[in-house]
Amino acid sequence: MATAHSRSAARLMLSPAVILLLGWMIVPLSMTIYFSFLSYNLLMPGMEEYVGFLNYEYFLTDPAFFAALFNTLMLVGGVLVITIVGGVALGLLLDQPIWGQGIVRILVIAPFFVMPTVSALVWKNMFMNPVNGLFAYLAKAVGLQPFDFLAHAPLLSIILIVAWQWLPFATLILLTALQSLDQEQLEAAEMDGASFGNRFIYIVLPHLSRAITVVVLIQTIFLLSVFAEILVTTNGGPGYASTNITYLVYAQSLLQFDVGGGSAGGIVAVILANIVAVFLMRMIGKNLEA
Amino acid sequence: MARNVSNTRKALVTAVAWTIGILIFFPILWTILTSFKTEAEAIASPPSFLFFDWTVENYVEVNSRSNYPLHFMNSVIISIGSTLLGLLIAIPAAWSMAFVPAKRTKDILMWMLSTKMLPPVGVLIPIYLLFRDFGLLDTRIGLVVVLTLINLPIIVWMLYTYFKEIPGEILEAARMDGAGLWDEVVHVLTPMAIPGIASTLLLNVILSWNEAFWTLNLTAAKAAPLTAFIASYSSPEGLFYAKLSAASTLAIAPILILGWFSQKQLVRGLTFGAVK
Repeated sequence: MATAHSRSAARLMLSPAVILLLGWMIVPLSMTIYFSFLSYNLLMPGMEEYVGFLNYEYFLTDPAFFAALFNTLMLVGGVLVITIVGGVALGLLLDQPIWGQGIVRILVIAPFFVMPTVSALVWKNMFMNPVNGLFAYLAKAVGLQPFDFLAHAPLLSIILIVAWQWLPFATLILLTALQSLDQEQLEAAEMDGASFGNRFIYIVLPHLSRAITVVVLIQTIFLLSVFAEILVTTNGGPGYASTNITYLVYAQSLLQFDVGGGSAGGIVAVILANIVAVFLMRMIGKNLEA
Repeated sequence: MARNVSNTRKALVTAVAWTIGILIFFPILWTILTSFKTEAEAIASPPSFLFFDWTVENYVEVNSRSNYPLHFMNSVIISIGSTLLGLLIAIPAAWSMAFVPAKRTKDILMWMLSTKMLPPVGVLIPIYLLFRDFGLLDTRIGLVVVLTLINLPIIVWMLYTYFKEIPGEILEAARMDGAGLWDEVVHVLTPMAIPGIASTLLLNVILSWNEAFWTLNLTAAKAAPLTAFIASYSSPEGLFYAKLSAASTLAIAPILILGWFSQKQLVRGLTFGAVK
């Protein structure tokens, strides 16, 4: 029973949040767009001039951009595959009756709460280091040559670190979704002689499809912006071997002080993220109506 | 109908689950163990698992040699400050959208969410330059503002989904009993809203504590929270494994504990109510 009075009060309550977010979105974003059309280097203040789409041309034809785009896709794709497959498997496992389920769940979820710089440095130094790392020790113990992960497979190493951080998220959401699965339906299928594989493909997977979509979309949003893990492990190197778009834009703008070029890269990143966001928003919007 | 599961099967599944759980947790366990070793033992080969001379020297050292307490306090102030500020702005907004929905409420909610999809590099340069010009670089207040804004959509959404679950009839019942607006808010709505607000607060403190894009780019020394302080170990200092481990353990311990309390809210908060 909303009266005109309560409606205007409601609008008043809503406005600070709306105005702040509007400001946060419009002011910096339009500045980025503006900068992206300028030749603007922080080392040469006062020399800004309009250059049209030149920054975009440079950014999009730079070999570093293709390397970064490829790395971004590999990073997002690799982590998604590992976390979804692992998450479904772990979800199914933890959905079974086991002793000490609460504790196991806590152990599995823990990596999600570790700050990115800590997990990256712990993996880099204490596990992947070719001299003192635990992996090097294990390799030597079975007579293999220690492998220098971050020098020879930098992108793969970062994928593994990030997957370790996000596996708990996927597991937790898929487990939550599994717990709402109708057990009687599964039992009926079992009694009718459906094998585990068939039950999984025809009952469990369709039930999980929505949760999997949500995991894919939300993780993609965050994975497109992986930054700290790259900064503290490889600095994007060797060469551009582990540079993603986010890191490339950071390097161009805050390390090379090329505001114009960095801004063009930032806009490209926004466009890429928006393509994903459209799908995510549609999913969540549907849920809002239900 | 409960399924009859044989104990053998249960034991087997239990063994597999525990093994995997411990493997996933192992890097954290290893960090905690290493933090109690001497530097020599930390890189010893073969590595010792439990049988080493336990020492708290690293913790003492980290606290005295670096500015650890300062960075810890920065993390506390930034994460709690941005969360409280966010709640202050978001509670009225979520409240009005949940209880006085208008035609465009849904559009506003979706639009708020869309701001969360904006990749931070898209606005890195303007924010950096604005911060530089307004003297906000490397200040706590600057980070509080940025983290409030980037987490505001999540806070509004979480609160909205919680407030939505408060039945509207209860308000009408209170009104019938002669409750005024003030009574309604203080005695009826607030007690019912507190659990939702508490979960939102918890999740948001966790997210802000671990935020590692803006904290790394906008701070140097004075206002650097733990994310940025730990990043400084990526230089040659990282070779001191025991000290890195002690600093890391201190940095993640509070959030691990908070996080374990917030498992359920995590799903809800991070999926914007799409999975409950």
